[in-house]
Amino acid sequence: MPAKIIQTNPRPFNRVDLDPITLDIIENALRNARYEMDAVLFRTAMSPGIREQHDEFPMIANLDGKMVVGQFGSFIWGFQQGFDGTIEEGDVFLTNDPYACNGAVSHINDWLILMPIYKDGRLISWAAMFGHMTDVGGKVPGSLPTDATQIFEEGIRVPPTKIYRKGELQEEILELILHNCRLPHWNRSDFNAIIAACRTAAKRCIELAERFGDDVLYSAMDELLERNKRAMGQLILNTVPEKKQYFEDFICDDGMGMGPYKIACSMWREGEKVIFDFAGTDPQSIGSVNFFLNEEMFKMFAGVYMIMVFDPQILFNDGFYDLMEVRIPEGTLLKPRFPAALSCRTHALGRIFDVLGGLLGQGNPDFLTAAGFSDSPHFMYSGYDKNGEWYQLYQIGFGGIPGKPSGDGPDGHSLWPSFTNVPNEFLESYFPLRIDIYETIPDSGGAGLHRGGNALRVGYRFLEPGTISIHDDRWLTYPWGVNGGSPGARSRKLLMRADGSEEILSSKCDNVAVAAGDLLYFDTWGGGGWGDPLQRPAEQVLFDVNAGLVTAEGARRYGVVVIEANGNATLDATATEALREELAQQRSECLLFDFGGSIDELKQRCAAETGLTAPTAPVFQKWATIAQTEAK
Amino acid sequence: MSFRLGVDVGGTFTDLLLVNEATGEFHTAKVPSTPNDSSIGVLNGIERVTASAGIEAAAITHVMHGTTVATNTVLTGSGARVGLVTTRGYRQVLQIARSFVPGGLGGWVIYNKSLPLAPLELTIEANERISAAGEVIEALDEAALRTSLQQLAGKHIEALTVSLTNAYANGAHESEVRRIAHEVMPGIPVSISSEVVPEMQEYERTITTVANSYVRPKVETYIDNLKNELRARMKDVQLHILRSDGGLASAAAAEQYPVNLLMSGPAGGVSGAIWIARQAGFPDLLTLDMGGTSTDVALVQNGEAQLRRETTVGDVTVRASSVDIRTVGAGGGSIAHVPELTRALRVGPQSAGADPGPAAYGKGGTEPTVTDANVVLGFLPSSAKLGGDMTLDGDQAAAAVQTVADALDLPLKRAASGIVDIVNENMFGALRLVSVEQGYDPRDFALIAFGGAGPLHANALGKLMGSWPVIIPPGPGVLCAYGDATTRIRDEASRTFIRRFPDTSNDEVRGILRELAASAASALDEEDIPREQQSVHYQVDIRYHGQGLLLTIDISADELENKGLDAIGEQFDRMHEQLFTFALSADKELVNLRAVVQGEATRVRAPTLERGGPDPAAAAIGRQEMFVADSDRQATIYDRAKLQSGNVIDGPAIVTEMDSTSVILPGHAGSVDDFGNILIRPTE
Repeated sequence: MPAKIIQTNPRPFNRVDLDPITLDIIENALRNARYEMDAVLFRTAMSPGIREQHDEFPMIANLDGKMVVGQFGSFIWGFQQGFDGTIEEGDVFLTNDPYACNGAVSHINDWLILMPIYKDGRLISWAAMFGHMTDVGGKVPGSLPTDATQIFEEGIRVPPTKIYRKGELQEEILELILHNCRLPHWNRSDFNAIIAACRTAAKRCIELAERFGDDVLYSAMDELLERNKRAMGQLILNTVPEKKQYFEDFICDDGMGMGPYKIACSMWREGEKVIFDFAGTDPQSIGSVNFFLNEEMFKMFAGVYMIMVFDPQILFNDGFYDLMEVRIPEGTLLKPRFPAALSCRTHALGRIFDVLGGLLGQGNPDFLTAAGFSDSPHFMYSGYDKNGEWYQLYQIGFGGIPGKPSGDGPDGHSLWPSFTNVPNEFLESYFPLRIDIYETIPDSGGAGLHRGGNALRVGYRFLEPGTISIHDDRWLTYPWGVNGGSPGARSRKLLMRADGSEEILSSKCDNVAVAAGDLLYFDTWGGGGWGDPLQRPAEQVLFDVNAGLVTAEGARRYGVVVIEANGNATLDATATEALREELAQQRSECLLFDFGGSIDELKQRCAAETGLTAPTAPVFQKWATIAQTEAK
Repeated sequence: MSFRLGVDVGGTFTDLLLVNEATGEFHTAKVPSTPNDSSIGVLNGIERVTASAGIEAAAITHVMHGTTVATNTVLTGSGARVGLVTTRGYRQVLQIARSFVPGGLGGWVIYNKSLPLAPLELTIEANERISAAGEVIEALDEAALRTSLQQLAGKHIEALTVSLTNAYANGAHESEVRRIAHEVMPGIPVSISSEVVPEMQEYERTITTVANSYVRPKVETYIDNLKNELRARMKDVQLHILRSDGGLASAAAAEQYPVNLLMSGPAGGVSGAIWIARQAGFPDLLTLDMGGTSTDVALVQNGEAQLRRETTVGDVTVRASSVDIRTVGAGGGSIAHVPELTRALRVGPQSAGADPGPAAYGKGGTEPTVTDANVVLGFLPSSAKLGGDMTLDGDQAAAAVQTVADALDLPLKRAASGIVDIVNENMFGALRLVSVEQGYDPRDFALIAFGGAGPLHANALGKLMGSWPVIIPPGPGVLCAYGDATTRIRDEASRTFIRRFPDTSNDEVRGILRELAASAASALDEEDIPREQQSVHYQVDIRYHGQGLLLTIDISADELENKGLDAIGEQFDRMHEQLFTFALSADKELVNLRAVVQGEATRVRAPTLERGGPDPAAAAIGRQEMFVADSDRQATIYDRAKLQSGNVIDGPAIVTEMDSTSVILPGHAGSVDDFGNILIRPTE
């Protein structure tokens, strides 16, 4: 049953004519309000994940719940349809259960706040925001258990709940939830911060309605959605072919020794509408790498990606949703059935962006981008320090941005909006560790006319015994290159113990005990290269060599020969010309995609190249396999 | 008799203000700027102003100067070739920066990162390590460093920066590196992070110190030249440079820490605005400085500009105190356009600049700008002077704006007012950033407008903000020189001191702050400012333990002595509640402690106008059609030079003067006060 919206003022809103100027002013004002939400959150949240790294997503929606400004698309409509209760002035909703909000949030670390905004007794708009909590209880610190098989192992689940009821904080509920978290003071502060951010948005919407009139704001939000729909409609017609395009990519493993898992997607256009069909995607994992993908959210990903690639001038919102249809078969990795574990969904979420890039770009190679840093690798370190105080760090790693039509990918950067790293001096002063190394890895970016960004190496030196968890991917499959560009380097985790022994850790692991003096090399992966590396100006390659971003040996991948002396490299023009000619003859042609080998080849070479055993083919639950076969 | 001189070098004019320190009397002069060597313009001005005052140049004892040299060096990328020394493992600290990619989801697709201010090929590592607590974990490997520095010297660097990990906690290794560098590369200036900005966060500390090195040679040359020219005419003159935070630095300090001058120019305008508004009785202000390409806004409370621990110029953001000035790409030259796909009206951030400039300038510009829209609307009459002999071409302006009107399918004047509305909205956004978003109600503030285009848009912004009166000071151009001449000498010393309240004591905090005060005072001592003329106050950066934000709390010496940490804590809770709607019971944590020492304020007083009646008719010089609120209205044009104190100008009206034009909208009236300010307020 859909939610019942209680309004003390029954007067309906009227659609009024708007001049384009007012519309633009309201659009700017809403966009400013959305940035203001971020600003309030960053300043008041406590967990480094939100306050330093900005793992959060704000939005403002119209009264039907359609996102007018924001990032991750709107799920409020779905929430309203699924919530069996009333929505009243002063209510604020909290949930973190992906199964209860159709994947609006996709693991229970993400706490979602939904705030209906009332003015004069009428619902005028919505503010919403979710942020990643460092811990929500469950079987491991950080609440992302690699070996979970059910969501119940991953921490406390909160169904859509009125955490404020008519303006009253439901303290007992909040305390009950916090009681189940390892770092309740962080959760409390982050919760307060998200509420404060949403209240800011509410205040701005009400001010706008006061300034322009309720009907004008109502009409403007509608008109902004329509304006976006018109622009996107044109873009879809221009860029999406009617002929079916297909692309697949993989996440390497599930942390339980099985993998890779395939994500497959087809795309075609029917009239003005584009269809994305995920048929062919692997069944759901019995582990926790499932990603509950909300269809609306995927539309936003796809729309934003198209806008960025083809016409960054367009401001995006939910307006174009009717122009897209997304089909995700049930029981797959992307639409698992309850109570499948979901906590480690970050890999599949990230990989969606590579799939999108390949899918949209293959028909328009000029706009194609290479595979990038499509993940947010997590590092966790926890234990009791020498004073007996519990410490718990959750940190997101960065890597190489892919080579792209507009130029090189930056080194050691974030693909996620507004994310930043945590200053190492901050880490060193608040946690028992030292960061001995913080640099990007030379040659880890894929060679290309536009170089892929380098991977990041962080050398964590532990000062207290504790346990660590790692969540990363792309250790087996490569971040692929395009249009002749090479793949980037894969990720690796090397633990150098204080006792002199060394161990390659798997890409996903929990409960690894570390001792004081142990050093972990946390190497992420590079971005794929874009375009023919032999075409890259030799001076640019030389520049990278002198900067230490490419080695003399690595320069040869570009067919460039440099001579090094006294800490300075110079170009050997004759040798470069010869090498470039030789390489051009050796290769057959420039590949549209260079995956670095087939899955079978990668598995065969796995132990020798990565030091880790190749994963075995995934075993699925029987019903899921049957469902898949029937679907075909 | 001793005189002090304020000098502001603008793009078109150099303004000077000469003050008799004994009487407070002053003289002004305006001469053309000489962009190739601005000291020529300054010297011309000095000749002019001393002649009009009837004094010898030698009678001038202090020269105060706001300069954009540092800013322009960053904006034009013309700084020094900077070498950088980091701790081993951190060579790429500027390359990685904060890993941030702007532009939101998918923004990376179009993001191309600019090169670091200190190139990687000129960055070397030192084998050494200091812990977060300041202990030496690994001693500095001097031999290895020497070898690396020698290689670096061979690459012809012009300045060196040293920024080692955790140097904020212990700068000993940085000092060592500097000593060795002086031996290996004598004559190369060295900036070390523990002196420039001894604060936590390796990237921010490094970029700040590198920026210091980057602008230093240019700034040094500029200040040295100016000093020499001045000394040739005035033997013992002391030259002071206005810092980004609105304080004055000695020429020597300015040369050593030029990173503190990145906002020197705009800070002069804000200081001038504060001074003149204080005379008129308005201590709480929003400032609006609208020029050709951008607009700077700031908030002033109780006569003090809000400061921020961050300065941004172009895409470089450094940790240096500056007046919290927000800049938007909205100016008279901002170009209006209508993108094909969305058919939305956008204004800026692209600007027609000064050349070709707006279409109305008749210098070949064809794209519609804000100035063109103002011409079409009649806000800028063809008789307006633009600080020169330039005249306005109404036909060209109309033709340019017509392109927007066609794209939007609107009548010409509606399109023009759309352009003006949008640019006003952009400035409104910036004003909100410094007011509403910081928890201030703009209705409690007056709005003071200056810069070439500020007085044109000020009345409209006053309406949007509810900020009254709107103050248009006389001679908006000379305002910066006022600021330069009237600013107090100021220095500060700070230190990172991260402690939860329970882990420290009133005595410990008092002790550190007093030490800092002594260190800041020594800079004023060197200027021969007696201690009894120095005043001290303290600042504390504080947060709840675990938070990332820092709020800066001001405390007086008395409060510190009497109440100590309690006073700080209470003020912080209040401020947090005001800003973010909640306070927490979590432990409070000190982060940075700072002492600010200032010299005495000047005695200079603004000149007063001749008193007249309310009727301004004697100053009327013409009529002009003006398009406001969808209709044509007849406005009267007044000559500002003829206005008298007590005159009340009813809108719609236009007031012209040498370098700016003010608009008073219908439903508003501007009254002229004793100091020649026009104070605009709504009449209904």
